[in-house]
Amino acid sequence: MLDADAIGRALRRIAHEIVERNPELGSVILAGIPSRGVEIALRLAGIIESLRQIQVPTGIIDVSMHRDDVGTRAELPRMQASHLPLPLENKTVIIVDDVFFTGRTARAAMDAISSFGRPARIQLAALIDRGHRELPIRVDYVGKNLPTAPGERVRLRLENVDGEPDAVWLLKEEKA
Amino acid sequence: MNTLIRNGRIIDPANKRDEIGDLLIVDGRIANQSAIRNPQSEIDEIDASNLIVCPGLIDLHVHLREPGFGWKETIESGARAAAAGGFTTIVCMPNTSPAADSPSTIAWIKDRAAEIACVNVLPTGAISKGLMGEELAPIGSLAQAGVVAITDDGRCVQNNELMRRAVEYARMVGLPLFDHCQDYNLVGNGVVHEGYWSTLLGLPGWPSAGEEAIVMRNVLLAELCDHHIHCQHISAAGSVRILREAQARGVKISGEVCPHHIALTDDAIQNFDTNAKMNPPLRAKEDVAALLGGIADGTIAILASDHAPHAKFEKEVEFDAAPFGIVGLETELGLFLDLLVHKNKTIDLPRLIEMFTVNPARLLQIEAGTLSPGRAADVTLIDPELEWTFDAKASQSLSRNTPFDGWKLKGRAVRTIVGGRTVWKL
Amino acid sequence: MTEPGKSKMRWQRKDLLGIRELSAEEIVFILDTAGAFKEVGTREIKKVPALRGKTLVNFFVEPSTRTRTSFEIAAIRLSADVINISAGSSSLTKGETLKDTAKILEANHADLIVLRHSSAGAPQFLAERLTSSIINAGDGAHEHPTQALLDLYTIRQRKGAVAGLHVVIIGDILFSRVARSNIFALLKLGARVTLVGPSTLVPREFEKLGVAVSYNIDEVLPSADVVNLLRIQHERQRKEYFPGIGEYIRLFGLTKERAKLLKPDCLIMHPGPINRGVELDSDLADGAQSVILEQVTNGLAVRMAVLYLCGGISA
Repeated sequence: MLDADAIGRALRRIAHEIVERNPELGSVILAGIPSRGVEIALRLAGIIESLRQIQVPTGIIDVSMHRDDVGTRAELPRMQASHLPLPLENKTVIIVDDVFFTGRTARAAMDAISSFGRPARIQLAALIDRGHRELPIRVDYVGKNLPTAPGERVRLRLENVDGEPDAVWLLKEEKA
Repeated sequence: MNTLIRNGRIIDPANKRDEIGDLLIVDGRIANQSAIRNPQSEIDEIDASNLIVCPGLIDLHVHLREPGFGWKETIESGARAAAAGGFTTIVCMPNTSPAADSPSTIAWIKDRAAEIACVNVLPTGAISKGLMGEELAPIGSLAQAGVVAITDDGRCVQNNELMRRAVEYARMVGLPLFDHCQDYNLVGNGVVHEGYWSTLLGLPGWPSAGEEAIVMRNVLLAELCDHHIHCQHISAAGSVRILREAQARGVKISGEVCPHHIALTDDAIQNFDTNAKMNPPLRAKEDVAALLGGIADGTIAILASDHAPHAKFEKEVEFDAAPFGIVGLETELGLFLDLLVHKNKTIDLPRLIEMFTVNPARLLQIEAGTLSPGRAADVTLIDPELEWTFDAKASQSLSRNTPFDGWKLKGRAVRTIVGGRTVWKL
Repeated sequence: MTEPGKSKMRWQRKDLLGIRELSAEEIVFILDTAGAFKEVGTREIKKVPALRGKTLVNFFVEPSTRTRTSFEIAAIRLSADVINISAGSSSLTKGETLKDTAKILEANHADLIVLRHSSAGAPQFLAERLTSSIINAGDGAHEHPTQALLDLYTIRQRKGAVAGLHVVIIGDILFSRVARSNIFALLKLGARVTLVGPSTLVPREFEKLGVAVSYNIDEVLPSADVVNLLRIQHERQRKEYFPGIGEYIRLFGLTKERAKLLKPDCLIMHPGPINRGVELDSDLADGAQSVILEQVTNGLAVRMAVLYLCGGISA
């Protein structure tokens, strides 16, 4: 669905919007959700720096321990330590994720952020928005809207994380 | 009712007999060979083709739990389990409640057995009062009451001086003395063989030396008192060596081996299975090899089960807290046939039957264990080639504490005859 | 450290019964997860909702304030509801069996049971019979997996890696579940282990587990990267295991004089509670090489990780 160039364009669009909508760029923090959200946050920070010569601090916000489906999964993935530039007071924290889907991950991320402090506002950025929201949450910055059927899967690969070239596929429901 | 058992392989080690033939039972007794040619009209015939026909097997180490522990086993249920295992005579241990340390308890056991047991039940009496190892039980009175041996089985007299008096006294009244060999100080709170697995699992170890020290003590006392001591459930390599050396010197000392001590090693406890917890404990491969060596060269001449029933709720506890022991009457013959005769080829069939018949009979000084004419017709029919799977749920015993559930074995008793009457049949 | 995201491993155990059953990968997985939970301790709000709605029972049939407290704080920080049951207050003292007591706990919807018991194998006994997650908080002389994990976490944090290190465990090994769990864990992660102590408490049989045994502490100390001193439990032990505390200190105590044999960066560890002046000199316990308090802090993170992982999967 997207190749490396398209992903690059989408990220630049997000970066531009972040710059436009946050006049006080110095108070913005990009908090990536592991593992690809962290990579996207770093890339966004790079683009913003090239646009405005401002280093936007980035952080990691692991949502595993804030999820609402603990105890319902048969196995658990590895988690990563959260790390945010503190304090968060009077800051705008932009949660960065790869694929925006039900909204539950974003909710968990907001919950996690609040345990570090009370930022002035929290916003959401995602490379892909595939729809099918289950919570009343909307995304502020979208790289690409990708309407999908519920059974379909969005497969995203990023060079630095996966060791494969940047790309996005839409997989039909072959395996559940 | 008279019975003719036809075409079986008759193995009667006491009479050095091993031949295909017929065995006639008249009025509950073994009849003369000559009588077979002129059988009376009223006769049952049993076809024993491809079966062994041998004297009824004897197990001289069984816990029947009565009086006092009827939820684990009763004299009635234990006797049924014995019959199902091919045994016509069993010797029950005195660690009941009350302990079998008085003539009245012995009388109760004998009465109860006569009333309800389908096999011959012979009681033993205690060495010490209450099995406490402090004062001698009334051994003379126990002898008069009809015990076949004295033992504190389940416990071990630690005081060597008291033990010496017991041996001397037993000699006077003509009773063999059986001993559960365990040095309490060396063993401490040990629950498994002291070795690799106890080290790995952090379970308190029961060192081989805890048995060997008492076996050696018994050698010295048997020699000193010139009387027979029989060491029960020998488990350690060193014990076999001590027995062998002492027997070579003519000391009146013997030992018995239980099936679990050659069928399993201490790795069976690695999942804390309390059905692998016994006393003495399952030991190492080297010990199993030494036991087999002792059986092969005749140092060990008697096999026994140490049938020790415990209820499920008693065994289903922490490993430390679980009682020692397993049921064994129904798996005993199958395991020994499978392991000693078929798999390891340690001994041949006649020798196995000797260890289950004439050898224990001689030790106990009882009129059993042979097919001599005129003797009570206690006969076991064995199919040595029968392959079967032990199902603990189908056991005759009240208890199910066995590590052998589901084991495939080769060889089994198919009919048990006590006093001419079939008490169990496959 | 294994790089997060690189390993495809997923956690699938509902029970933590011992280290022996874990793979090296699983051990590292727990340590990595503990790293994430250690960060929670630095937050303004040190509580996460991971086990919200879950009930954890601290079932301590053998008393232990330290371990119970650590599990309790860990559980509270994970938002679990915590009930403490100790030997004195349990029906075990009234003759109820362990199985029955545990079945009652489960019937009361205990999702996790943290069991401390004097009998080896008691946690496995429960795990085979209950659907609740069973976490072994020390069983007899068998295993104390979370203690070993926190020891490894501390070593890894200070030394970067465990593989290749020489770890010396000193004291009562025979009766120590801490020693056994540490031996299993250290060997799986590639460390070299030497056990030191009186021959009565460090039987040669331990060599079969793949460790070295020495009765000469002065020979061993110079090559140690970590020394882990185990508590000498003289109050509980049968007296005849060693002739007395004085002789123990003379032969095996980590005195100031002996500590001079250690490399400057050798870590001094102790699972506690310390007998100051017995296993080790009091000043050394508080000195620069000591990581004893870090062990306690790391214990919280490790226990959070274990509770999260075992309690977080569906049974």
